[in-house]
Order: sequence, then C-alpha cells, then structure tokens
Amino acid sequence: MAWMSWTVPTALFFSAIGLILIGMTIWQTVSPSVERQGVIPLPTTRGDRLFIGLLSSAFIHLAFVASTELHVAFATVFCLFWMMAVMRWG
Amino acid sequence: MSSTNETLIVPVSQAEKRQKRALVRGRVGLTAYLIFLLLPIYWLINMSFKTNAEITSGLSFFPQQFTFENYVKIFTDPTWYMGYVNSIIYVSLNMVLSVSIALPAAYAFSRYRFVGDKHMFFWLLTNRMAPPAVFLLPFFQLYSSVGLFDTHIAVALAHCLFNVPLAVWILEGFMSGVPKEIDETAYIDGYSFPRFFVKIFLPLIRSGIGVTAFFCFMFSWVELLLARTLTSVDAKPIAAIMTRTVSASGMDWGLLAAAGVLTIIPGLLVIYFVRNHVAKGFALGRV
Amino acid sequence: MNKIENNKAWFLVLPVFILVAFSAIIPLMTVVNYSVQDIFDPSTRYFVGTEWFVQVMHDAELQAALLRQFVFSLTILSIEIPLGIGVALLMPTKGKAASLGLILVAIPLLIPWNVVGTIWQIYGRADIGLFGAALNAIGIEYNYASNPTHAWLTVVLMDVWHWTPLVALLCYSGLRAIPEMYYQAARIDKASRWAVFRYIQLPKLTNVLIIGVLLRFMDSFMIYTEPFVLTGGGPGNTTTFLSQSLVKQAIGQFDLGPAAAFSLVYFLIILLVCWLFYTIIMNMQNDKRG
Repeated sequence: MAWMSWTVPTALFFSAIGLILIGMTIWQTVSPSVERQGVIPLPTTRGDRLFIGLLSSAFIHLAFVASTELHVAFATVFCLFWMMAVMRWG
Repeated sequence: MSSTNETLIVPVSQAEKRQKRALVRGRVGLTAYLIFLLLPIYWLINMSFKTNAEITSGLSFFPQQFTFENYVKIFTDPTWYMGYVNSIIYVSLNMVLSVSIALPAAYAFSRYRFVGDKHMFFWLLTNRMAPPAVFLLPFFQLYSSVGLFDTHIAVALAHCLFNVPLAVWILEGFMSGVPKEIDETAYIDGYSFPRFFVKIFLPLIRSGIGVTAFFCFMFSWVELLLARTLTSVDAKPIAAIMTRTVSASGMDWGLLAAAGVLTIIPGLLVIYFVRNHVAKGFALGRV
Repeated sequence: MNKIENNKAWFLVLPVFILVAFSAIIPLMTVVNYSVQDIFDPSTRYFVGTEWFVQVMHDAELQAALLRQFVFSLTILSIEIPLGIGVALLMPTKGKAASLGLILVAIPLLIPWNVVGTIWQIYGRADIGLFGAALNAIGIEYNYASNPTHAWLTVVLMDVWHWTPLVALLCYSGLRAIPEMYYQAARIDKASRWAVFRYIQLPKLTNVLIIGVLLRFMDSFMIYTEPFVLTGGGPGNTTTFLSQSLVKQAIGQFDLGPAAAFSLVYFLIILLVCWLFYTIIMNMQNDKRG
C-alpha cells in the first residue's frame, strides 16, 4: 500500500465517499427511491441526484481554485449546501 | 388489375433508369473510398518486399528486386517473432477472461433489477471511455507492487479495464433479444441456473459471444500505450518492438513495413470468421 | 422487457465489479493521492493541498492542448460522421460483395495504432511515400514534419482514414435493420432518393449515430499513439493533444503531482461528457418504449 502514497485528507475523502455509497445502498433497500422530476429537467432517482451533485461539486471546486486565492475549504462548505439543495430539489 | 399494372410500369422503368444511374455513381464513389482506404496499406505491403536500397532510391508501384529478406529476418530472430507470440498470448488471455466474467454479469443486467444496477452499468461504461494515459503511472506501480510487471497476465488484466465493460455492454444487448419465457420454462423444467446457463442459454447467443470475442480481440490487439508501459522484455508486444527499426544507420524501412504487414494479418483472420455476425454486433451500436 | 427485482443478481456482477475495480478504483485513488502531494520518492513527499490544481488550471500549455483537443475532435467528427453515413449507403447489401465490403472497410480498425501511425509516416514522406511524393509532384511543398498546417492536416486525414470505417459499419448495420417494406412504400409513393434518406433512413440511424458520435468523441479525446508515431506532437506543439502532454509530464519529466492533477481534470471532463451522452441515449430508449 505504500506506493499509493496515502495522505490523511485523501483517506478521509475516500472514506466519506465510501460511507455515502454504503448509506445510500442501505437507504435504497429500506425505502426504494422513486424517479421524480425537480428543477433539473430530467426524471432522477436519489442516486442520480447524488451523482449530479458530486460531479458538479468537483467542477465547482476546480472553478474556485482557478479563479480565487481563497482557501479551498470555502468551496467545500459551499458544496455541502449545494449537495443538499441538489438532493432536495434537483 | 391489368390496367393498373400498365399505368405503373411506365414510371417504374423511368425510375429504374434513374436508379441505375445512381447505382453507377454509387459504385464510383465507393471505389474511390476503397482506394483511399487501401492505398496506404498497399504501399506498406509493397515496401515490405523491397530492399532498403530500393526504397530510398525512388518510388515504384511494384518491387523491382522482389525480396523476402525482411520477412525472413522477422521469422528467424526470436527477439522479433517472440513479440508476436507475446501479443497473441496476452490478447487471448484477455479475450477469454473478459468474455467469461462478462457473461454472468450481462445476464444479471439483462434479466434483473437490483440496487444500483443503472449506476453500476454507467460506471462500467465510463471505464470504456477513460483515457489510458490517466491511469498509466498508477498501473505501472500497481502491477510492480503485486509482482506482475512484465508478465502477460498484467497486460491482459489491464486491458480488462476497457474490454470487460465492452463485453458486458455487447452481451447485454444480445441477451435482451432472447425471450424471458425461455428462462422461465427451463426453471420450471427443473434446470438449475448453472446448467440452464451453459446448456440452453449460451448456445442461444453463440453469435453474440463470437462478436464480443472479436471486439475484445480487436481492442486488445490495437492498444499499445498500456501494453508498452507494463512490459519490458519478457512480455513485450510486437507493436513496441517495432520501434527498434530506428538505429544509428537510419531507419530500416523494409523491416518496419514487413513487421507492420504482419500485425494486420491476425485481425484479418479473426474478422473473416465473424464476418456474417459482426454486422449484428454493430447494429446494437455497442462497440 | 419487464425485469425481475432480485438483489441476488449482484453475485453475478461481483466478478466484473472486483476485476474492474482493481484496474480502475485503485489507480484512481492513487492519482488522487498524488495530486495533493509533492513527491520526490515514496518516502520523501509533502502535502501541498491544491497547489497543483491551481498550477494546472493556469497552465497555458495545457489550456492550449485542451483547445487543440476540442478543435481536433470537432473537426474529425464533422468529417467522419457524414462520410461514414455516405459510405454505409453505398456499401453492397447482398451476397459475397457484402461480406467482402465489410471486411475491406473494417481493415483499418484492426491495425495496431502505432502501425497506423507508421503507415501514414511512410505514406506521407516526400522521398519514399506515395502520398507525399504525389503532392510534391503536383507542386505542393508538402512536408508534415516541418509545416504545422501540413502536420495538422495529416493527423486529421489519418484519423479519418482510421476511424471512418467504424462510423460506416455502425450505420451500415443500422441500415440493414430497416425492413424492406419501408422502401417498397417509398417506391410506390415515388419518393426521391433524398426523401428516402431524410424520412426513412436517417430516423432509423439516430440511435447508432449517437453512439457513433459518442465513441468517436471519446476515442479522439484520448488519441495518443497515432500522432505520437506520426509527428511526435510537433512541429513545436502543434499536434500535441491532451494524452500526449499528460504522458510527457508524467513519464518524461516525472512530475507526478501536476500530472495527477491534470489527469483528474481530464477525467472529470470525460465523466461529464460520458454522463451527458448516456442520459440522452437512455432517455431516447425510454421514449421509444413509450
């Protein structure tokens, strides 16, 4: 595993992603998601919205890093709210 | 009845004339395209039968001093012909591996709904689309750390990255064309899943398996970046060995051309065997 | 087809999942790890946060490569798609000629990518190549090794040569799926050739065409071997596309961190495009089922 050059932040990042996936799977088996259409002009399930949220968050981070000098944590906090909004109304 | 026929005949014959003209134009167009397609390959073949002196001295459509020297060199030098052996070994390994593990998965995707099935399918496809260059360094380190560097199995496994998703995708298409009633009848008749799968289901999608194997062969055979990065001596593919024709005394063009011609032949053989089914594979649009 | 809800089906998918995860997830995690560190060797490495991402996003050379990449991909799409449809319409449909046509058209697809580069490298040279010599004979001073425009055009021509067959075969198979009935109806209506194409053939081709566009876009987006062999990215950087500048950085200069950050940006773009196409394809199939 040494060659993978793990760091604490990236380990936390992947653990978080892993936990979200496990959580979503359990949630899906307990109460299956029904496709619905929100603000995004597509019928989406919960998993779709998660994916859309994560992918757009990645791009938000990139844009943030490219355009400002501020610490990237600001982008992360913004993306947390963004994710919640996408999951709720997307 | 006869009167309606007569009124139809006149315009049809005019239409036929027009059609014939269109056909001739079409044939001309197709021939032009085929010339565009085949001329570079012909040039390569032509060069492979020439000596280097002849190649550099001028252009000619046919070899003036016809020689097999370039081919003889490849078939007598183990550092050359082992390249072909290496390529064929890892391509075959990859083909068998990809198709055999993709079969049950494709069946699951074509018959059942399960948690995360659509996302799983999408994730598999992204791996077909991902550029190998992105994974190059970690691949090198991953296979070195598990001691597989410079083995055929390493290249075969690495090529699974894009060939397994491809195989699942194509096979799922073929399997969806088989009516579900066949499965149900077999289960009622007391077949267990493995027995049903091997005895009844696989023969039904024979041509699908052939086409899938063809595409796996093709994409593994033509890939070079990963194959070159994961090998150094023992499993080095022919495509990487070809770069050796550059030496201090200049390019050995004849040898390079001969080696190139020989890499085209396996592909031709394979497509010849699946020529009648391959159109169906393309029709699914899943390549 | 109505599918049965059965989570045990996961066991059938598991081998595929494990195998692909081994080749995809572990390397991807490693790339993410590299992207936030300055690595000299496995034991000497420093956490640098988002520094490499900042650098990559402001790197003029990478932006140029990205722009070149888009221009290249759009150029080859706008040539290969119409040409492929044209060839598919002309290909013989019955008997021995059909098989022969299929095999001939498929040949370029079966040639290893570096050999494709080699073929055009030879073919385009003014001293030993037919194409280069012919152009020079009619008075064009063609030289793909020193003239950026010529290098660019040669790479495009090579890609058209290499990949139009894929589009052609996809469309050819799509056309074979149209029932003869439709053509008979068109003949009775005395429909023109154009009308037949516009109202019968093109709608039936939509599905395979979308996949053709997807495949060609994605594959041209990762093009590496052919231009590497043909021009080596030159003259200058005129034919250096994304994959090539990535490999140059990662293996040539061994800048692991920046190369990894670059890989991730590249990967995110691929993921986005892939998702867009996938959603379009799936929605179209759902619409068709009603």
